Amino acid sequence: MTQRRVLRRWLGAACAAALAVCAPALARAETAPARVVSMNLCTDQLAMLIADKDQLHSVSYLAADPGASVLAARARAYVANHGLAEEIFLMRPDLVIAGTYTTRTTVALLRRLGFRVEEFAPETGFDDVRQNIARMGAILNRQERAAMLLADLNAGLAALAASPAQGSVAVYSSNSYTVGPGSLADAVIAETGLDNIAASLGIFGAGRLPLESLIAADPDLIVTGARRFDSPALAQENFRHPAFRAFAHQVAEVEIPDKYWLCGAPFTLIAARILKQAMDDRQRATRNE
Amino acid sequence: MSLLALSGIGVALGGREVLDDVSLRVGEGEFVGLIGPNGAGKSTLLRAALGLVAARGTAEIGGMPAARLSARERALRIAYLPQEREIAWPVSVEMLVGLGRAPHRGPLTAPGVQDRAAVDAALARMEIAAFRHRQATALSGGEKARVLIARALAQEAPLLLADEPTAGLDPEHQIGLMRLFADLAREGRGVVASLHDLGLAARWCTRLVLLDRGRIVADGPPRQVLSPQRLRDIYAVEAFFGEAAGGLVVQPLDLTTQNAKDERTVLR
Amino acid sequence: MSEVARYRLLLALLGGATTVLFVLSLTVGPAAIGFGDSLAALVSGDGGAIVLIMREIRLPRALLGLTIGATLGLSGAALQGYLRNPLAEPGLIGVSASASLGAVLAIYTGLSAAFPLALPLSALAAAVVGVLVVQALAGMHGGTLTVILAGVAVSSFAGAMTSLALNLSPNPFAALEILFWMLGSLTDRSMDHVWLAGPFILLGWAMLAMLARPLDTLTLGGDAATSLGVDMRRVRFLAVFGTAACVGAATAVAGAIGFVGLVVPHLLRPLVGARPSRLLPASALGGACVLLAADILVRLIAPGRDLKLGVLTAIVGAPFFLWLIWRSRGRLT
Repeated sequence: MTQRRVLRRWLGAACAAALAVCAPALARAETAPARVVSMNLCTDQLAMLIADKDQLHSVSYLAADPGASVLAARARAYVANHGLAEEIFLMRPDLVIAGTYTTRTTVALLRRLGFRVEEFAPETGFDDVRQNIARMGAILNRQERAAMLLADLNAGLAALAASPAQGSVAVYSSNSYTVGPGSLADAVIAETGLDNIAASLGIFGAGRLPLESLIAADPDLIVTGARRFDSPALAQENFRHPAFRAFAHQVAEVEIPDKYWLCGAPFTLIAARILKQAMDDRQRATRNE
Repeated sequence: MSLLALSGIGVALGGREVLDDVSLRVGEGEFVGLIGPNGAGKSTLLRAALGLVAARGTAEIGGMPAARLSARERALRIAYLPQEREIAWPVSVEMLVGLGRAPHRGPLTAPGVQDRAAVDAALARMEIAAFRHRQATALSGGEKARVLIARALAQEAPLLLADEPTAGLDPEHQIGLMRLFADLAREGRGVVASLHDLGLAARWCTRLVLLDRGRIVADGPPRQVLSPQRLRDIYAVEAFFGEAAGGLVVQPLDLTTQNAKDERTVLR
Repeated sequence: MSEVARYRLLLALLGGATTVLFVLSLTVGPAAIGFGDSLAALVSGDGGAIVLIMREIRLPRALLGLTIGATLGLSGAALQGYLRNPLAEPGLIGVSASASLGAVLAIYTGLSAAFPLALPLSALAAAVVGVLVVQALAGMHGGTLTVILAGVAVSSFAGAMTSLALNLSPNPFAALEILFWMLGSLTDRSMDHVWLAGPFILLGWAMLAMLARPLDTLTLGGDAATSLGVDMRRVRFLAVFGTAACVGAATAVAGAIGFVGLVVPHLLRPLVGARPSRLLPASALGGACVLLAADILVRLIAPGRDLKLGVLTAIVGAPFFLWLIWRSRGRLT
């Protein structure tokens, strides 16, 4: 899940440029849309944070999944959609918000049916997050609320920058996937002041980090970014590998729930704080030894 | 002592009675020709004797109840030459003939002096020693047949059961094979061969067993078993009977008149 | 040179190649470790990173490459001898696909997490069913075409059931793992897998080794073999359960790897005088060579991409298979 999403985000970066061109046109929307439907986990959460009461009608079913969404509890108040054109059509929205990477055919179909569709590119850094928050505020005609969120975000980032952590970190997810420069998770790591080993191994965006490369790179902290599912899959076997267990025992291991850095929003800072806390704990433990 | 004693053998294949109450004893020194029309049950009788098909009745091999013999013990007493000349892999002639020694060897022992002597003798007897190193699958049909007979000879069992061994052989090799079987019988072994060529059966076998629709209808010396009337009744053919070079000559000539009439009706 | 001497030389050469490839397999990996250092870490040293990488990551991978390759070569040769059919092979006649299905059912229902032996046992049971179905469809005297058709049917069905089971799993990763079960991989397998599969693989080898002499005799066909003292029921038992035990266990930990069992016996058959008993050890060594080589190439060609082993074996195996069909067309009845 994580890696796919991160990959999408990375690939989506190319589309972001194209969107920037359209942005002025979007801002021209004069009256506030009254019946908004969002079809993407990240736009769902931004919309829930920014939209006015009763302005948002429906969010994707993923928004109510507590493993993927930070605002899962709040999402249950909305009608759930599955990103299907027919379903959206029957909702008669005056604005549809979608991601640039997923549900491409649905978006094309909805546009042909005459719906207004706004697409958001996945964020690959905090500049993207700021841009998306501002744009969401503009198209929902909720600029003030967006400005508040932006202020929160900037304050959080400033606090992190004030006391940078030191050391190296490796993200190790299901299927031995990791994230490198060009991904939101890497940007989060960078904000804490930590060093992501993926960059030195030549991994950009999402990529595989073989177990033996992880051990050879010897980071101070391992982030198991994976979301654990109750039902089994081989994807999580890497966490049970004797070599990983032995190594994770030697260095520190911290689990950051995927939902905090799947999507860019002020809550993304929670991931950074967990990371910083884990590193501080490790350094305190080492000093005490 | 009889090499093979079958009594009351019955076999049903796919719900059809193929053999019914067949009893047969084969002794040392006998060359028995098993004759009868297609579908009479010749092959099935041979297979039943070897336990290859489930059969009613009792079978004794070399005086022992067949059911009490292990597969290997049976292989030491009876050699079998199936009708299909199957050679699955391009192995050498020598290796193939050597397979006849399988029941004589322990599970892990290499071929011994006796095994090699038996293979050499079998190769020499079938006149195939010259191509012992050639691939068995690359041989002509006749050569293949001789290699497989050599394999059965190398088994050195007191009794040999051969299913249509002369099929596909030229006259020289057909006669050579019949002569070989007769020689084996003279050496004190027993041979049972199913045959379609009545001329060869009449001339070379010491005894003929005539099967028809799953039952033995005649059993005795060739002159007793083969008669013009019997060939008419069982095979529906008219045959020439004569004497030449000190032996019986039987040559089927034409279908019986009744049969021929039917045939013409069908053709018309 | 006599036939026996030539055979011994062949075995010695294959054994040498296997040893070299095994050592190479130990020294190839994304972590840059010197040749000498890596081998030294296997036998001595404390709990450092190199020792951990060598003993817990590369050693199990090399051991599994060796044993699973040997399993595929050996079972291919044994099945070909047993069915007297040059196209019989665990991958082609559906044994691997069935074993995959068994393993998938054990893993994704959570059974193997509660009871680890359930994994190889379930793969074994499914493999037995696979062999028996093919044999029942094709019969003891089934021609090449019948065996292949039956194998295609069993493979497709087992493959479809595997995909269905994985697609229906509530874990979103499961669907991505269809690839592993269809194409096989040795990436990041651990010593746990070696201990789990090893005993079954060895048991299967022992059973297949007992087939050597009877397979020679089977060259003459089933009836002639029986008349030569071969107990066909015992042969069937050894062939079916021996193949199922080793291929089942191998598939349970590494997925279904195709073509090794087909190609290796074919290449080696002329070199052992086509003798089925001699083909068994030669194919086992040959299979180990091919799989170790494929697993080394997988790591060299696309490091970090987790290229599946079956992709590489099929790239080599499929053209070979086509050539085989081209050569034997008209004889496939």
